[in-house]
Amino acid sequence: MTAPSEPQQLAYIAGQAADARVNVDIETGDGMILNMGPQHPATHGTLRIVAKLDGEQVVSAEPIMGYMHRGYEKLTEVRTYPQVTTLVNRIDWLGNFANEVPFILAAEQLMEVEAPPRAQYIRTILFEMSRIANLALFLGDMAVQLGATTPVFYAFRDREHVLNQIEAVTGGRFHPNFDRIGGLKDDLPKGWIDDTKAVMGKLRTFCDEMEDLVVGNEIFQTRTRGIGIIPADTGLEYGLSGANIRASGVDWDLRRDNPVGLAWDKVDWKVWTHPDGDSFARYWVRLQETREATYIVDQLLDSIPAGPIMAKVPRIIKVPEGEAYVATENPLGEMGYYVVSKGDLVPFRVKIRSASFSNISIAPWLLQGVYVPDIITILASLYFILGDIDR
Amino acid sequence: MTSVLAVELSYWQETGIRMLIGLAAVLLPAGTFVYVYLFKMMSFMQSRLGPMEAGPYGSMQLLAEVGKFFQKEDVIPERADRPVFKMAPFVVLVSTFLLVLVLPAGPDAYFVDLDVGIFFALAVSSISVIGILMAGWSSANKYSLLGSLRATGQLIAYELPLVLAVVGVVIQAGTLNMQQIVFAQADGEIFGWGGIGNPYILTQFVGFALFLIAVQAELTQPPFDMPVAESELVTGYLTEYSGMRFLMFFIGEFATAGVFSGIAAVLFLGGWWVPGLDSSSDWFNVLGPAVLFGKMMFVSFLIFWFRFTYPRFREDQLQKLAWKVLIPLALANIAVTAVLKVAV
Repeated sequence: MTAPSEPQQLAYIAGQAADARVNVDIETGDGMILNMGPQHPATHGTLRIVAKLDGEQVVSAEPIMGYMHRGYEKLTEVRTYPQVTTLVNRIDWLGNFANEVPFILAAEQLMEVEAPPRAQYIRTILFEMSRIANLALFLGDMAVQLGATTPVFYAFRDREHVLNQIEAVTGGRFHPNFDRIGGLKDDLPKGWIDDTKAVMGKLRTFCDEMEDLVVGNEIFQTRTRGIGIIPADTGLEYGLSGANIRASGVDWDLRRDNPVGLAWDKVDWKVWTHPDGDSFARYWVRLQETREATYIVDQLLDSIPAGPIMAKVPRIIKVPEGEAYVATENPLGEMGYYVVSKGDLVPFRVKIRSASFSNISIAPWLLQGVYVPDIITILASLYFILGDIDR
Repeated sequence: MTSVLAVELSYWQETGIRMLIGLAAVLLPAGTFVYVYLFKMMSFMQSRLGPMEAGPYGSMQLLAEVGKFFQKEDVIPERADRPVFKMAPFVVLVSTFLLVLVLPAGPDAYFVDLDVGIFFALAVSSISVIGILMAGWSSANKYSLLGSLRATGQLIAYELPLVLAVVGVVIQAGTLNMQQIVFAQADGEIFGWGGIGNPYILTQFVGFALFLIAVQAELTQPPFDMPVAESELVTGYLTEYSGMRFLMFFIGEFATAGVFSGIAAVLFLGGWWVPGLDSSSDWFNVLGPAVLFGKMMFVSFLIFWFRFTYPRFREDQLQKLAWKVLIPLALANIAVTAVLKVAV
């Protein structure tokens, strides 16, 4: 075995120092340190929160991430472009299909191909369906974090319908890997459009149910109203996106403002905002978005054009030299891929801008002075996916 | 010496029977509630089937669970205060057993006929606080400590509405004796009309609602389950318990739910007595336990219905509810009851 090189030694020392800093924080200082995670029922994944407490009040809290780092940005550099979709599926594992789309769009932009209209429609439909699957789970999960056990079962039950429809098209429930540069792998199966319309009806019923069971619940309202208020300007400074910033009253949605090569501008829909910026507003906005997404899918299914699903692309995909950044409005917020190509079979560098990483960065600011139960409320309402933070 | 269906029993025979029934009275509701309510009712409310594999229709699930817990290793944390840690579940279970004592199940079918029955019941129900505090402190775990302190604050705060809700019944019945409270309901009149006696739920409906809410808090169940809030504190004071000791906490929790429903049934629903039947009939010694059990199931249905529906309060909101809403309401209820008692 060779002796470690100097950079390796330095990296080791830096790692030890970082650990020591956290440990010193835990072992000294005033008040009690409560270490939540990486194994904790509420962090749905492996986020670690080190909270300094004074009684039940949080003096300061620090999220520590990286327990689930899988190195996707680096791995993309040794995968060909079509292979990368397999990786990026797993970033936000609940909004699976939505992860593929911005990367494929960036590659298409570099290759200067455009998917045919039918492929664009189907992409948008699947995109919105993965949004529904993702947010439906949030609607139940937020309630279970607050102690109501029942809504999460309804969420799982009704998300199942959506996943079945996604599976019917793509063959995969969580990792469809269906998007191709220039179009899609397959066309829709027979009878799928009618089935999906029925499923969208079920999901609207689910949204109504959640509105009654959770939003209308007095205890839910006392637990969430006025908790974790994010003012619009603070939210923008921290780079929040998605429903988190829309709940603070910022009318900003990439689906409407920048519908890159997808079919959102072809249908009639509404961007929901809420002026309050508290946890309740974030739940409410996501609930409305889920319902709005079912309407978007319905309209797209009605107006889906006939035609090919694949543009003309070479069999072996070489992306010409250049750089492209494409971001879309994913279930969690703005998700973008900055792709640098040197004209090779593989990308030279891919930078993934994932929504949860930016959304969670506001946590230390937001968690100051709240009570321990509010940590859970706030984190649940910020709605992050660990895979989306660590990548 | 009491006569049960006119059979004379010697002291040791009677004691033996009572001990057996006493054990059954704690373990049976615990088992039934776990099975019928936690497993099946919760499953149906949550649109799933619940246990289906162990035995026909999953009916042996409870045995499977207990068998599983028996096999588990009894892990005690290294820095735990061992004797206290080991004792805590027993203290909690003792309070449940003591609660059963004063529950009458028929004119002669009771364990002890205490003149201060309901007072005794409310007093021993507080013993569980000590057990919870012991468990939380001795576990050497921050989650446990936070959980047990929350539990203590909550149980003390909700003792008061619980007692005050009962005071209305006691004023109406004119006695603390649980058996006499049943007779008072059987022979009672509602503003001069005695057609169905007076089950106190009809005149003490405010008290009944307050009692149920306070019981919910005493049981540390949602919406008052901050002490075991699983999304914040893992499971609060239970975090470090495993195997048999966890099972004892678990049985204690559900048995207490059962016994509290029994107390509510006695105080507000007429206990073992059925409206329209003669309360002095010997047949109530046989029929009574079944009637009481039916009423217990009804009350615990309400308790578990709340449990599976509501999210939990925050600690300060819970205290606010107790001190600013429930206690004033209970005092008003007592005042109105007292005035009507004197006036009518």
